Amino acid sequence: MELYQSTIHELQDKIKEGKTTATEITCSVLQRIDAVEEKVHSYIRVLKEEALAAATDADKEIKKGNIKPLSGIPVALKDIVCTKGLPTTCGSHILHNFVPPYDATVVEKLRAAGAIFIGKANMDEFAMGSSTETSYFGPTRNPWDLERIPGGSSGGSAAAVAADECIASIGSDTGGSIRQPAALCGIVGMKPTYGRVSRFGLIAFASSLDQIGPFTKDVEDCAIMMNVLAGYDPKESTSVNVEVPDYRQFVGKDIQGWKVGIPKEYFVEGIDPEVKAAIEAAIKTMEKCGAQSVEISLPHTQYCLAVYYIIAPAEASSNLARYDGVKYGFRAAGGDLLDMYRKTRMRGFGAEVKRRIMIGTYALSAGYYDAYYKKASQVRALIKRDFEDAFKKCDVILTPTTPTPAFKIGEKTDNPLQMYLSDIFTISTNLAGIPGISLPCGFTKSGLPIGVQFLAGHFQEGKLIQVASAYERKAQVEKRRPGL
Amino acid sequence: MEFEAVIGLEVHAQMLTDTKIFCNCSTKFGAAPNSHTCPVCLGMPGVLPVLNKKVVEYAMKMALATNCKINPTCEFARKNYFYPDLPKGYQISQYAYPLAEHGYVELEVNGGKKKIGITRIHMEEDAGKLLHDEHNPVSYVDLNRTGVPLIEIVSEPDIRSSEEAADYLKRLHEILVYLEICDGNMEEGSFRCDANVSIRPKGQKEFGTRTELKNMNSFRNVQRALEYEIKRQQYIVENGGAIVQETRLWDDAQGATNSMRGKEEAHDYRYFPDPDLVPVIVDAAWIDKIRVDMPELPQAKRERFISEYQISAYDAGVLTADKALAQYYEEVVAICAKPKQAANWLMGDVMKFLNEDKKTIRDCPIAAASLAEMINLIDAGTISGKMAKDIAEEMYRSGKKPQEVIAEKGMVQITDEAALAKTISSIIDANPQQLADYRAGKEKLFGYFVGQAMKATQGKANPQIVNDLLKKMLAGK
Ligand SMILES: [Zn+2]
Repeated sequence: MELYQSTIHELQDKIKEGKTTATEITCSVLQRIDAVEEKVHSYIRVLKEEALAAATDADKEIKKGNIKPLSGIPVALKDIVCTKGLPTTCGSHILHNFVPPYDATVVEKLRAAGAIFIGKANMDEFAMGSSTETSYFGPTRNPWDLERIPGGSSGGSAAAVAADECIASIGSDTGGSIRQPAALCGIVGMKPTYGRVSRFGLIAFASSLDQIGPFTKDVEDCAIMMNVLAGYDPKESTSVNVEVPDYRQFVGKDIQGWKVGIPKEYFVEGIDPEVKAAIEAAIKTMEKCGAQSVEISLPHTQYCLAVYYIIAPAEASSNLARYDGVKYGFRAAGGDLLDMYRKTRMRGFGAEVKRRIMIGTYALSAGYYDAYYKKASQVRALIKRDFEDAFKKCDVILTPTTPTPAFKIGEKTDNPLQMYLSDIFTISTNLAGIPGISLPCGFTKSGLPIGVQFLAGHFQEGKLIQVASAYERKAQVEKRRPGL
Repeated sequence: MEFEAVIGLEVHAQMLTDTKIFCNCSTKFGAAPNSHTCPVCLGMPGVLPVLNKKVVEYAMKMALATNCKINPTCEFARKNYFYPDLPKGYQISQYAYPLAEHGYVELEVNGGKKKIGITRIHMEEDAGKLLHDEHNPVSYVDLNRTGVPLIEIVSEPDIRSSEEAADYLKRLHEILVYLEICDGNMEEGSFRCDANVSIRPKGQKEFGTRTELKNMNSFRNVQRALEYEIKRQQYIVENGGAIVQETRLWDDAQGATNSMRGKEEAHDYRYFPDPDLVPVIVDAAWIDKIRVDMPELPQAKRERFISEYQISAYDAGVLTADKALAQYYEEVVAICAKPKQAANWLMGDVMKFLNEDKKTIRDCPIAAASLAEMINLIDAGTISGKMAKDIAEEMYRSGKKPQEVIAEKGMVQITDEAALAKTISSIIDANPQQLADYRAGKEKLFGYFVGQAMKATQGKANPQIVNDLLKKMLAGK
C-alpha cells in the first residue's frame, strides 16, 4: 500500500516506529496529486513548497521525539478558512486575490498539532451549492465517476480525501456541506455541534448555521481530527465552553442496548431505491451490533428546507455586504461610488451567490420580515424541539445522508430547487445546531458510494464516534478505491 | 394662531472605554489614519465580534442615571447599508431589544420641574470617516473610529422649545461627564445630537409632519437650528404650505437649515438579530453592582449643596456644573468651614484666573488647602480682603501657600491699635482744614481719612480697626 493511501492512525504508527517521515508522506501525497489532480480538480491551490518546508520542520521535531497528534499528516483546507499570507478565495472571483493577514483558529490548532497543509480545496462559491459546480475556479469531479459531482459545498475537500490527494481535510457545513459530499465520495465527514469548533477565520456564509468539521478515511481518524479541532475559542461569541472529551476513547466501544431512532418523515418518496436498500441494511447492521431500532417522529421536517432557504440567505445577504470593492478583493472600475459597488458585485459574484443575496435581502425587507425571517426563526425553534423530544426516546438517529447517489455534472445547475433537495436530510441538523456524521454504507450497482448519517444531541460527538465506529466494524463495507 | 413646537432628540455619546466595542483596538482620538484598526474592525472575511463588557456597564450607568428600566435580556442587531466608512456593510446596533427603556430626565422650567421622557438607550458601534481630497476626485477612508462604542439616547417628543432642548442636552451632557463614561467633547464628536422637530397649533394633540435636523455640533447650534426650523415651519404653515418630511442639515455660517434633497433616500436597513453575538443577559446582581459604584449625580449634588452649605441655587449650579470644581469646592469647605466665602472666592477670583488662561479647575495651581487657609487668614484678621486679592493672584502665579506669599511680601495686617492710633493722630494733625470740614458735616471726608491711613500703612492696616479709630478720633473722643 502507498503512503498516500493510509489513514492518520496508520501513518502515526509508522512515524512513531521510525518507518517513515513527514517528508516521505508529503512527497507521496504530492506525487499522487500530480497524478490525479488534473482529472479530479480537488484544489484551488496546491501548497507544494509550503508543505515540503513544513515537512522538513516536522521531521526535525519528530527526530527530537516531539510527535504531535498530526505530525507529518498532509491535511487539505477548504478555501473558506483563512490562512495567513496565503490566498483564501472562498471559491469566488470577488476574493480571487485576497490574502488574509490572520489564520483561522482551526488553522492555528491544526498547525500546533503538527499538520502539514497540502492545499486549499475547491468549493462552491461562498459555500453556496451542493455540487462544487458554482466555484469560480471550475468544478471538482467525483473520483468514483469523473462525469459526476463530488457533492458540495466542500466538494474539493471530500474529493481530495477520496482520491488520496491528502490524508484528511477540513470542510464547513451550513446545510450538509460536509456530510453530503462525504456520502457521495464514500468517506467519513462530521459536522460538529454549533459552537464546538471555532468559526473564527471561517468566511461566513450563514453565521448561525456554519460549522467546521473534518473529512477522514475512517471513523478513528475522525476522532483524531476532532480532538484537535474541538474546543472553546474566546475569539468567537457563539463558541461554547463545554469540556472536550478524548474522542478516540469512543472508537471501538460497543453500543449494546442503544436505541437508534429512525425518523419516519425521512423515508418518503423520492429516495433512490438503491440508497433505500443500503439504509435498510444499515439498520439491520445496527441490530447486529446489539442496538435496537425505534421509530421516531420529527414532525416539522417538511418545513426544514423552507426555513433554511430563508435564514441562510438572509444571513448571507448581510455577511456578503462587505465585499464591496472598497477594501480588498476584486474591484470593477465604476463612474461613481454606486456604480463601482454595482459593477463590482455584479461581476465579482456568481449567479447562485447573487440569487441567494437577493432571496435574503427580500426576506429581511421592511414589510416582509415578519412573514419570512421572523416566522422562519419561530419554526426553527420548533425543529430544534423536535430533536430534543426525539432524543428522549433514542440515543442516536439514523437517516440516509442524501436521497440519491452523486448526480451528473450539469444535471441540476439549471434547476436550483432540485439542487436544494439534495440537502433535504442534512439541513435540519444545522437548524437544530446538533452534530451529525456521515460514513459509507455501501455502493450502488454502478459503483457509486452511498452514505448513512447518524445524528446525536448537542455536544454528543462522542456518541456519534461510538455508533459510527461500531457500525464501521460490524458492517465491513467493502474497501474499494476509486479507479482513477 | 399660536403654535407649539414638538421636539425629540437623539443623542450619540461615545463611551470612554480604552478599547473598541467588538475588538481590542484603541479608541484614542487623533491617531494616524487607520493605525487603530485590526481585521475585526476592518470587516475582513471570517472575523468575529466579541463584546466589550465595559461598554455594557457604562451604558447601564447612563440607564440608571436617567431612571431607565434595564431589560433583563437585550440583543444586538445588524443595520444593513452600504457606505465606504462602514467596512462590514452593516452597523452592529440594537433594534428590537435595546439595553434600557422608559426613563426620564428632570429639567427646571420656570421655577418648576419638567420630566423629559427617555424612550430608549442602546449600544452600537461607530462608523469610520471619509476624508475628501479637495483637489482630486478621490476620497480616503479612516477607520480608526470604526467600532468605537456609542450609546444612543432617544428622547420622547416631550421638548417644547429650543431652550428646553438645550437644557435637556446640557443635563445629559453633565450626567455623562459626571459618570466618567463620555468625555463630552462635541467638536471631536464624542457627543452628537440629531433633532426631530414639528409644530402644531397649541392645544392640538396630533403631531405635525416632522423634519430631522443634523450637523449641529454645539449646544448653541442645536438651539439656533431649532429656532430657525421652528420659524421656518411656522412660516410655511401660516402661508398655507405643507411641511415635507425630510432630513435637513444645519449650516452654521448661513444660520439656516437646508434640505439634504434626496441624498439620503428612505433607507430600508433590514435589521435582524446579529447571529455572531449572543443576547446580553443583565441580572439584578449586575445592576446592583453598577448601582453601588454610581457617583452622586449633578442634580442631587446641587440640592445637597444648597441645603448643606446654605448657598444660593445659582452658586450651587455653577459649582456643580463641573464635577472637579464641585470636588475642589468641597475640599476647601472641609478645611475652612466657610462655604459662602469659599464659593465667592472660587467663582470670583479663581475662576477669573482660570478663564483668562483657558484652564479648568483640574489645572488650578492653587491647592484647595491653600485657598482654605487664605480664607481662614482673612477671617482671623491676619490679612484684609483687599490684601487677599493680591495674595490669591500671587498664589495662582507661583503655586505658593498663602503664608509663604505673606512672609515674602511682608503683607501681614497691622492690627496693633496703639500703633494705628498714633498714625491716625498724626494724619489728623496734618489735615486741620479737612478735620474742620468733616466736623462741620462734610461726612464724605471720612473716606479721605481712611485713604490717608491706608496709604500711610501701605495698605496693611486692618480696615475695621482703622474705621473704628477714625470714627472715635475724628469726633474728638
Ligand atoms: Zn480593531
